[in-house]
Amino acid sequence: MDEPLTEQAPLTILIADDSDTDRLILGKLISRQGHQVVGAVDGQDAIEKFEQHQPHMVLLDVMMPRLDGMAAAREIKRLAGERLVPIIFLTSISDAKTLASCLESGGDDFMSKPYNRVILEAKVKAFNRMRLMHRTLSEQRDLISERNRQLLSEQQVAKRVFDNVAHSGCLDSPNLRYHASPLSLFNGDVLFACPRPAGGMHILIGDFTGHGLPAAIGAMPVAEIFYGMTSKGFGCGDVLREINQKLKRILPTGMFCCAVFIQADFHLNQLRVWNGGLPDAYLQRHSGERLVLPSSHLPLGVLSTERFAADVDVIRTEPGDALFVATDGLIEAEAPNGQMFGEERLVTALDDHRGSEAIFQSVLNAARVFAGDRELQDDFTVFCLEMVDEEALEQLPDRLLPSALTGPSDWQCDYELNDTTLGKFNPLPLLLHICMEVPGLRRRAGEVYTLLSELYTNGLEHGILKLPSAWKNSPEGFGQYYAERERRMAAIEGHHLRFSLNHCPSADGGCLTIRCRDSGEGFDYRHLMAERPDDHQYAGRGIMLLRQLSTSLRFLGKGNEVEVVYDWQYG
Amino acid sequence: MVNKPHLDEEALAELRDVMEDEFDVLIETYLSDSADRINTLHRALVTEDNEMFTKSIHSFKGSSINIGAPLLGELCLRAECAGRNGRLDEAGQVLDRIESEFQTVSDLFQKLLNA
Repeated sequence: MDEPLTEQAPLTILIADDSDTDRLILGKLISRQGHQVVGAVDGQDAIEKFEQHQPHMVLLDVMMPRLDGMAAAREIKRLAGERLVPIIFLTSISDAKTLASCLESGGDDFMSKPYNRVILEAKVKAFNRMRLMHRTLSEQRDLISERNRQLLSEQQVAKRVFDNVAHSGCLDSPNLRYHASPLSLFNGDVLFACPRPAGGMHILIGDFTGHGLPAAIGAMPVAEIFYGMTSKGFGCGDVLREINQKLKRILPTGMFCCAVFIQADFHLNQLRVWNGGLPDAYLQRHSGERLVLPSSHLPLGVLSTERFAADVDVIRTEPGDALFVATDGLIEAEAPNGQMFGEERLVTALDDHRGSEAIFQSVLNAARVFAGDRELQDDFTVFCLEMVDEEALEQLPDRLLPSALTGPSDWQCDYELNDTTLGKFNPLPLLLHICMEVPGLRRRAGEVYTLLSELYTNGLEHGILKLPSAWKNSPEGFGQYYAERERRMAAIEGHHLRFSLNHCPSADGGCLTIRCRDSGEGFDYRHLMAERPDDHQYAGRGIMLLRQLSTSLRFLGKGNEVEVVYDWQYG
Repeated sequence: MVNKPHLDEEALAELRDVMEDEFDVLIETYLSDSADRINTLHRALVTEDNEMFTKSIHSFKGSSINIGAPLLGELCLRAECAGRNGRLDEAGQVLDRIESEFQTVSDLFQKLLNA
């Protein structure tokens, strides 16, 4: 239908009246106002003329032969659908009941006989304004719903792209439970988990300030850094520092990312936890004891690299201990009366539950029951990790794609770290990177990393720092060990650690020889070589692992140099 | 009530102004429609068709008021009330008065048209 856009534009108006004289008078009054008139002689005729001419407004006599005005009004309103076609009843009736039923049948107003042309003109104008307003509203409603649909579909696309970059890593590991809204990216929440090359995993739970696209933007680089660096063997401190620096550089002032970073070592049975700005995390031990891990740092993206502190809580754990983290959306979940879920209810829900599954279900149930009729607003992330025996975890998926490039396979390399660098720099990712250039060796990244890492730890912690590994056998000693390690690391002087790597190809693989020599005093290794240390003792564990993975393990010199030979085949 | 005029001069002046050169057509249409209606009303009384009587007299009332014949409109209203309440005798008596009033109004309109 041709829609007049302004109040002044002429309208098409249908007049239905069985009285010829009344129709003549009314038609004349209307056409003198500049509108187009369509006449109908009864209710049935009115419906037919309505379909034929699609008028903007209808004037209907109440009593008409064939079909009366009220029945015609009902049908016309039905035909008009969403359009507002004002219907004004023409009547000389004045009893309230009849007038009311006119309105109930779909009429918008009355005009009584004899017609007053001033009132008629005013009514036509008023209803035309209402009609235009209704149409504007409908159009805007359609526009908004179209925009919303478009926004949602854009978000879906963005999420697919994001998911390809920030794939969920090893979130499906059997010891992890999590809840994240399907479009959590757009409420600013991120949750990543990535296996480390030598076992264990990194997990990052983040909550960017704000909502929508701005909150989602920072997630992309965080995912790239998190997965990239973790796969290359970097520790949590390095990954945290890198993410912080990146966010500090790219995010506008006032935007940052509250986060909990977890490094889980299942073979060492220890957790490293960094909390910057998220609500308290909880370690619910299988003994029933609960350890609160409050935020002790500013969120990521706030401090400059020089001022950023990546120090973590190192916690000794046992299988069955569970770590619980949630973004503030959980604590702020509202009940119908506006009350918030709060920390107290969360802690109560944690009580008396053991293991990630039970804790996870208990908390989510409590939140749902609390929200009641209000329906839980799905804008929070809940994560729970359970410590397990390493053997209980199936081989975590290897996300590293084999390189298409042909790299060096016959080479030798010496790498020496001196003095203060020893205390500040972790050489493992770099050394692993060098080894991974060998064609085919990338598939053995985990084992190579373990060899490098055990040699490095042995040389640094025992050879140079002279930390007695026996300390790690008791919970008190465990803390002491790491406190002392940190203290001694800061005071390293006159020391060095030298890695000598040698790789030569073989018919179906290669042979990697790694020597690690430290500047420490060495030790009497003949005793150690004879004995078969208990696998569960940390002190002997490193040696055990090295022995298992390598073809040969040798202590050289005064015990300050260890050599492993690692033969590998394409597999 | 009965002292309403045969024709409302003021209303007619306005109608003439509104209708312009179609004023004559309007009056002629009214007169011929009304003559038909009176016949219909008589027929309804004879056949005791109350509904037809009421509907017809209702329309007659509306157009008489609109055309500026208030006394005729008033008589129609009385007849409509009587018809609605099933008092067809009374309705018949009023119809006689309506017929004579219509004759008066017709004469006045004819004069107006010929003037």
